[in-house]
Amino acid sequence: MEQLKTIGLEQLKTIGRELAMGSQSGSGWGLSKEFLDLVKSIGESRSKAEEDRIVLTEIETLRKRIIEPDIPKRKMKEYIIRLLYIEMLGHDASFGYIHAVKMTHDDSLLLKRTGYLAVTLFLNEDHDLIILIVNTIQKDLKSDNFLVVSAALTAVCKLINEETIPAVLPQVVELLCHQKEAVRKKAIMALHRFYQRSPGSVSHLVSNFRKRLCDNDPGVMGATLCPLFDLISSDVNAYKDLVISFVNILKQVAERRLPKSYDYHQMPAPFIQIRLLKILALLGSGDKHASENMYTVLGDIFRKSDSSSNIGNAILYQCICCVSSIYPSTKLLDAAAEVTSKFLKSESHNLKYMGVDALGRLIRINPDIAEEHQLAVIDCLEGTYDILDIRFWKIIANKDPDDTLKRKTFELLYKMTKSSNVEVIVDRMIDYMISITDNHYKAEIASRCVELAEQFAPSNQWFIQTMNKVFEHAGDLVNVKVAHNLMRLIAEGFGEDDNGEDSQLRSSAVESYLRIIGEPKLPSAFLQVICWVLGEYGTADEKYTASYITGKLCDVADAHSSDDIVKGYAVTAILKVCAFEIAAGRRVELLAECQSLIDELSTSHSTDLQQRAYELQAVLGLDAQAVERIMPLDASCEDIEVNPLPLMIMSFLDFVNVDIDKGLLFLSTYVQKSLENGAKPYIPEQERSGMLNISDFRNEDQREASSPALRFEAYELPKPSVRASSPVPHASSTDLVPIPEPTYVKELQATSRPPASDTGPMELKLRLEGVQKKWGKPTYSSAPSASTSSSQKPVNGVTQVDGMGTISSQKHEVSYSSRRPQVEISPEKQKLAASIFGGSSSKTERRLSSTGQKTARVNSPAMKKSEVASAEHPSEKAAPLQSPPPDLLDFEEQSVPNNTPSVDPFKQLEGLIGPDEVSSTNNHGAVGANRPSDLLTLYDTPTTSGLSSSVANLPQTSMDETNLMSTLPNLSNKSIHGENIGTHQAPLRKGPNLQDALEKHAVARQVGVTPSGKNPNLFKDLLG
Amino acid sequence: MIRAVMVINTQGKPRLAKFYDFMPVEKQQELIRSVFVVLCSRAENLSNFVEADSIFGPDTRLVYKHYATLYFVFVFDDSENELAMLDLIQVFVETLDKCFRNVCELDIVFNFSKMHMVLNEIIFGGQVLETSSTEVMKAVEEITKLEKASNAISLVPRSVSSWQS
Repeated sequence: MEQLKTIGLEQLKTIGRELAMGSQSGSGWGLSKEFLDLVKSIGESRSKAEEDRIVLTEIETLRKRIIEPDIPKRKMKEYIIRLLYIEMLGHDASFGYIHAVKMTHDDSLLLKRTGYLAVTLFLNEDHDLIILIVNTIQKDLKSDNFLVVSAALTAVCKLINEETIPAVLPQVVELLCHQKEAVRKKAIMALHRFYQRSPGSVSHLVSNFRKRLCDNDPGVMGATLCPLFDLISSDVNAYKDLVISFVNILKQVAERRLPKSYDYHQMPAPFIQIRLLKILALLGSGDKHASENMYTVLGDIFRKSDSSSNIGNAILYQCICCVSSIYPSTKLLDAAAEVTSKFLKSESHNLKYMGVDALGRLIRINPDIAEEHQLAVIDCLEGTYDILDIRFWKIIANKDPDDTLKRKTFELLYKMTKSSNVEVIVDRMIDYMISITDNHYKAEIASRCVELAEQFAPSNQWFIQTMNKVFEHAGDLVNVKVAHNLMRLIAEGFGEDDNGEDSQLRSSAVESYLRIIGEPKLPSAFLQVICWVLGEYGTADEKYTASYITGKLCDVADAHSSDDIVKGYAVTAILKVCAFEIAAGRRVELLAECQSLIDELSTSHSTDLQQRAYELQAVLGLDAQAVERIMPLDASCEDIEVNPLPLMIMSFLDFVNVDIDKGLLFLSTYVQKSLENGAKPYIPEQERSGMLNISDFRNEDQREASSPALRFEAYELPKPSVRASSPVPHASSTDLVPIPEPTYVKELQATSRPPASDTGPMELKLRLEGVQKKWGKPTYSSAPSASTSSSQKPVNGVTQVDGMGTISSQKHEVSYSSRRPQVEISPEKQKLAASIFGGSSSKTERRLSSTGQKTARVNSPAMKKSEVASAEHPSEKAAPLQSPPPDLLDFEEQSVPNNTPSVDPFKQLEGLIGPDEVSSTNNHGAVGANRPSDLLTLYDTPTTSGLSSSVANLPQTSMDETNLMSTLPNLSNKSIHGENIGTHQAPLRKGPNLQDALEKHAVARQVGVTPSGKNPNLFKDLLG
Repeated sequence: MIRAVMVINTQGKPRLAKFYDFMPVEKQQELIRSVFVVLCSRAENLSNFVEADSIFGPDTRLVYKHYATLYFVFVFDDSENELAMLDLIQVFVETLDKCFRNVCELDIVFNFSKMHMVLNEIIFGGQVLETSSTEVMKAVEEITKLEKASNAISLVPRSVSSWQS
């Protein structure tokens, strides 16, 4: 069988000739010479065009023949088959559909079945002709001949849509008790299909599936598992009572109690076993009690499955999946790790693939367990280079062309990345990314590179280089947000307190961009980043003169004259450079090329470009003071640096130069007064309804950890000390005692997850417990343990944090520190394993530090105070995070002339973060001056100080109105900072995604407004 | 769920294409072509799995097996087990082999409907229905027998005259 006969054309011709001579011997094909000729000539055709010609002739012939009167039935059947053949080759055979439909009405079984076959292949459930078939199907479902019934059931599966389900449902249900097991099976499958189509239509029949589970025929029972799997995945709890039954069935199957005929390659009913294992994985997930019932049988299967056959390995793999999904058992994970290592060591690529997948599951579930079984796993991961298995590198190296395996391995590496191996892994990933042509996958790899680089970059330089590479090769493929994110990262730094580092990052970015800028064929997204960064920081460290930078920017605009967005970025960048110059009191003399660019753009077809060009000219006409007023400067220019203004400058210029109070400033006094008198702050309409949903959105947002969502958190530094400092947003840790040891055995039900299983994905899952039940497969971590909403809040990056988050972080610190020494004492091999699996656990840290970053900020003392404040002013609580969305919306929806709403949020801000914010902003200049190198001032310091001072100021809400007025521009200026990165993208995101975008920006803003702090000492203070 | 079953010969000609969710003809062709391109680019002795999310959407993969001049391809989503699917292909081919006694591409071309018959016994509405090739064979034989019986009566007189025209 393996050796399917190879047939060449020669052979085909011979057979053709035979047939032509009228010999039907042997073949029994029962088809005419015509059809054979057709197949033959198509087989011989040299080109697609020739083939098409042949098929078109055939279509013409058939079109004529098929309507002839009195066609013999046999002939008709052949015509229909020829039609099927033609359609399979990609040609339209719709003229014959009606004949296929007619054929289903035929009394002859052969024709009826052919008719049904044809209609299932030709038609879809919404086709007009279906109405002609429903009646026949109804009749046939009642037929005495079981073959007719089966044929009709096949058609039911394919052709019945939601509206026609009721027409056939009674008959199908009746067939569940048909005497033939083949029919019963198909009836179950048909009901399953109905369930998939429209769950509501068969909801009252669900009990039938349970009943059929006890069918005498194992085949029918096996078929029932399909719909049950679907039902259980949508509502696990309703089927917990079946756990015992499933376990018993599985036991019986594994013990070979089924008839011999169900054996396949010496394995007892393997497909049924696999299905049962899938179901058990669902039922046992997060349910200790249910899981315990399964342990024995799973252990048996591990022992009994034959790892020499393909199907045996399929069962073993499914077993690993099951074990890694249910509540963990040491013994089983032990066995799973063992099998995994066997897979990995296998020569077969298929098994390696499964092994890599299985290892990924095990690591995700519990790195500690992997650590415990490190010796088993290390055997297959003999680390040679760094922590990475030579086998992996072999797979990745170009010599080995198995792309599937490579992808899978990269997926695993991605999960294993930590700061110590990020360089190797990301470099490999980029090499791979460059080598592949599949854009879909390229984009995915690119965004993974970006994600890893952001989180683990060992140095700024490396980070910039990596990003350059990614953008150079996949710039137009990556999500536009990634570019915006990069800009933001460069602008904000990485949340470090060390500002020197941030400015170093910027200057190395500027350096490298200046080097790269001349290269041809840079992707548009990358050029945008380059322009933006050059505009912001090109002249910041005074290494390059303004005219040098503007010259470069002009070159970019010239070289990409067809790309309006890049040109827009370039002009705005020039504007910024000039503005900085003017503000610094230097004269700006535009280069000739620059002038001509401006001239050209002011007559551009694009109003956007025109606007920018005019703005640039307007700014050039202002004196230093005016510029300073637009963009409040302080001695160190920090404000401007952190206050980038592409696009949005226009609203300012309007604001300042044109004598119209578009911001409705004149109202602000009034608004302020009302606020003081207890009026509620204005909440834009879009927010009012959406308020409650916002945290949900955010939740969802975070779920997609790998998606290129904006990420502003600091990446993990290679210092080990960071570990202890990252607070763990622990879902269930609130009621947990500090856990001294990392063994999951000790772990209490309350935790429902091992203390050290802080792996990233795990972490993510945990956090989303509430959500997950609905959309994802729950892991054991989502045990019915208390996942208080309060403990989830910090995770969402929302301002409100209760003390619990902090406490849990403390506990984790304990568990961390108690764990590490162990690792260190371990012998060589264990160390290696530890670093591999530590890799995954440090992924946790990184996830933690990324998510934790938010929490860290939130948890910082200043924030605690703000909490107090917000507790006192509950109405104010939600607003700070609500305020961003309208901004964004406004920018998207409002044209430049009317920027009223763009001011609104600030009023809100004032009202919310309040007087203090304003006063602190007033101080801002001073603050900036005091700390000339503090690049984070804008996002962090003012708010922090504002918040901390808010505690003091809270009782007396009175405030200096004039103060407010005078600082308004500042405030708006500030808010624009948050926005402007997104502005370019805004038009693109219009439509259904709007809200999503909005949420993301809300997060962005929120993070910006929240004090940051990654300083481990902060927590020490907190925790005493 | 199984999304599609394809049999493509080494020249890229489809020999069987069955999609369990409806696809317009043009889309089918496009998918068959892209699958063929992927398969062609894969050397011998590689894994039989290909992640197909760029062709069939997220979380889909395909398992293929190469027999002589034919590729057998199953496309499915993440609720199926790759290794098991590989064995399902084996079941399918084994059954065809029993059906045609040493099956070859020509058998498949000319017994298009029979191949569908076999496949319908194995996969039903995207779910695996039967995995024992003996059982499938039994069903197929029974069907053939009954079909013949039902045809014998009506067809004998006319078929003789019209058959070779």
